[in-house]
Amino acid sequence: MAGGEAKIDALGQFKLATVLGPLGGSVNFTQANLFMVLGGLLVLALIHYGMKPRAVVPGRLQALAEMAYGFIDDMCHEQIGHEGRRFFPFVFTLFFFVLMGNLLGLLPYGFTYTSHIAVTFALAVMVIVIVTGVAIFTHGTTFFTEYFFPKGTPVALAPLVIPIEVISYLSRPVSLSIRLFANMVAGHVMFEVFATFVVMMAGAGLLGTIGAIGPMALNVALMGFELLVAFLQAYVFAILTCIYLHDAVHLH
Amino acid sequence: MRRFPALLASIPVAGLLLPSAALAQGMPQLAFGNPLTIAQVVWGGMIFLVLYLALSRWALPQVGAVLQARAASIADDLDAAHAAKAAADAAMAEMTEATRLARSEAQAAISAAVDKAKAEAAAEALATSRRLEARLAEAEAQIAQARNAAMAALRQVATDTTLAMVTKLTGTRPGKKSIDGAVGVALAARGQT
Repeated sequence: MAGGEAKIDALGQFKLATVLGPLGGSVNFTQANLFMVLGGLLVLALIHYGMKPRAVVPGRLQALAEMAYGFIDDMCHEQIGHEGRRFFPFVFTLFFFVLMGNLLGLLPYGFTYTSHIAVTFALAVMVIVIVTGVAIFTHGTTFFTEYFFPKGTPVALAPLVIPIEVISYLSRPVSLSIRLFANMVAGHVMFEVFATFVVMMAGAGLLGTIGAIGPMALNVALMGFELLVAFLQAYVFAILTCIYLHDAVHLH
Repeated sequence: MRRFPALLASIPVAGLLLPSAALAQGMPQLAFGNPLTIAQVVWGGMIFLVLYLALSRWALPQVGAVLQARAASIADDLDAAHAAKAAADAAMAEMTEATRLARSEAQAAISAAVDKAKAEAAAEALATSRRLEARLAEAEAQIAQARNAAMAALRQVATDTTLAMVTKLTGTRPGKKSIDGAVGVALAARGQT
């Protein structure tokens, strides 16, 4: 969108397209999936090359890999308890899948697959299905009666308590997916809008060029903010998953 | 939800500025008629599964092993340090005990020596005092004997002296019988015999 013909197309960046030529086109392999693969490979490479020295006193890259491991490990232990060990690889994968989506999207020519509600909702549904599966596996069908109608609740309140618990349980995947999706979309829409301002104003003579510094500076500040949001939203996604898993294992 | 204010703020901006054509077009994320929207999820699921398997079977155990080895070596070092400290403490206690024993032994030896010396001194003093007493008694006996001898000689000396003095004074030699009587009277007057 260079030149005087610039117009604001804030949503075009989210458009999906197939990549890898006719092969990708024939199997509907989109740029979102390309970035998923890229993100996954980055995480694996970090651990592989980071842990190669297997040093007792870690170097920089090894310290980063160990920090990532320790961060998620601690989160699992603190939120779920000692049973958290079993879910550690899952939470680790989830956190870095989301984090890589958020971070790679901030690079030029990047694509934020976490800005697609279909992707985030699929992740959230996967979390809820796994959480429910863990709950049934741990407690059997008593999970439903104990979770949706906790012991000690007056029977008279059953018509009120059960629908509330069911609704709150079912709203989890919705809030989980929309939170991530909305955060990512909002940030990228704002990037695009301000960036288009810069191009439009720069095309409008000297005064416009000077005025374009404003939105440009805003975008720089926004980039720092978006980096924070990228980490924060991945963290929120992972920690909420841990909290749900804690509920599933311990019933509230 | 922290970003919701930002999202809400961006909506009016976008609403004012977006051409109506773009609005009508809608968000690509909501175009569920597009097969790519669902295709990316299917691919995404497969990629997530592969990533999960690679991480849980291959990558994460490497990190875990290194961390465990480190924790184990730290624990070993700590154990060794604790053992060394315990050994040092034991040696210290042993040394203190040995010092205490040696001190008490020395004390006992000193007091035994002192007692022995005191006993010897007492015995010696006793022997010395006995010897002195014996010599004292002997000396007293000698004195008494000398005194008796002197006393026995006193009448003779007095008689001879009287005889010599009276002879010198009077020029005549008095009778032995009268001098003896006079000396006996004088001696009796002085309590002597």
